[in-house]
Amino acid sequence: MTSTLTYLRDLFAHNMFFSLSITLGGYLLGISLRRRFPILLFNPLLVSLLVIILSLKVLEIDYTTYKEQSYPLSYLLTPSTICLAIPLYRQFELVKKNLRAIMAAVVSGVVVNILIVWLVARCFHLEYADYVTFLTKSITTAIGVGVTEELGGNVPITCAVIALSGIVGNALGDKVLRLLRLSDPMAQGLGIGVASHGIGTTRALELGETQGAFSGLAIALTGLLTVLVAPFAAQLPL
Amino acid sequence: MRFLRQFCYILAISFVAELLRMTIPAPVPASVYGMAILFTALKAGAIQLDEIETPGAILLAFMPLALVPAAVGLVDAWDEIKRVAFPGLILILGGTLATTVVASASAQFVIRRDKEREK
Repeated sequence: MTSTLTYLRDLFAHNMFFSLSITLGGYLLGISLRRRFPILLFNPLLVSLLVIILSLKVLEIDYTTYKEQSYPLSYLLTPSTICLAIPLYRQFELVKKNLRAIMAAVVSGVVVNILIVWLVARCFHLEYADYVTFLTKSITTAIGVGVTEELGGNVPITCAVIALSGIVGNALGDKVLRLLRLSDPMAQGLGIGVASHGIGTTRALELGETQGAFSGLAIALTGLLTVLVAPFAAQLPL
Repeated sequence: MRFLRQFCYILAISFVAELLRMTIPAPVPASVYGMAILFTALKAGAIQLDEIETPGAILLAFMPLALVPAAVGLVDAWDEIKRVAFPGLILILGGTLATTVVASASAQFVIRRDKEREK
C-alpha cells in the first residue's frame, strides 16, 4: 500500500503535465470564482497559489521539483513581458503627451517606497541586510535580486518579498485607487506598475489597455531608477 | 505559417534580449531589453503591428501564469520571512499600497494640471 502511494506520488511529482495542470487549473478556478463571487479572496493569482501549495503539501512534493516541472511556464515570462511593448506602442501618443506625469509617478513612488522602508527599519531595529532586502520590494525580481546581492541583502527573502508585494498590488491596488477616486486610467496603471511590478501589471492589463501599457512602462522605469538610488538609500543611518 | 512567423519574431527578440543581458554588465533584465527592441522595431516599421498582435495577445494572456511558479517559492522562504513577519507585513501591505496611491495621485495631479493649462 505504502509503495503504491509512493509510486503515485513520484508519478505526480515528476510529471510536467501535472504541474502545468494544477497551475492553469488553479488560475482558471480563481477566474470563475471571482466571476461568481466578486470578493477580494477570490483573486485568480491567490487562488492558484493556494491550490498549488495545498496540492504540493498533500502529495508531499517539494517546491524545487514543482519548479523544475513547471519550467515551460517560467520560460514564457521573458517573451510575454516583451509583448508589453505592444500596448505601449498603441498608447504611444498618450505616453508622449504625459511624460511629466510618468516621471512624477516613478520618482514619487521610488522616493516614498524608500522612505517607508527606512522608517519601518528604524522603528523595528531591522538589521542592515533586511533593510536593503526590503528596499527592492517594488521592482521586478530580475532587477531586485541583482540590487540586493550588490548591497549585501538576503536573496531568498528578496524573491518572496517581491512576490508578496506583487500579490498585494494585484489583489488590492485597483480597489484602493478607486476608493480614493484615483480614476484616471494612466495614473492607475502607473501607480500599480511602480509599486507592484509584473504581478500587479497583469491586473492592470485586465483593467484596460491604457492601464496595462502605463504599468508596463512603469516596471522598467522604476526598476532602472531604483538601481541608481538604492546604493545611496542603503547608506541612510538605521 | 503566418502565425509561426509571427511567433518567431518574438522568440528571436527574446534571444537577442537574453544575449544583451549576458553581455552588458548592468542589472537590467532581458525583458526590458526585449521591450525596447520590439517597441523600436514597431516604431521603425520593421515589424507591423498586425504581424505581431495575435501571438502578443496569447503571450500577454499567459503572463500571469508565467509568474505563478516563482510566487510559489514563498513556501521555501517562509521560515526566513517569519523572522521579520511584523515589519514585513507593514511594509508589504501598507508600504505597497501607500506607494501605489502616492505614485498614482502624483500622476493624476500632473495630468489634470496639464489639461487645465491646455484649456
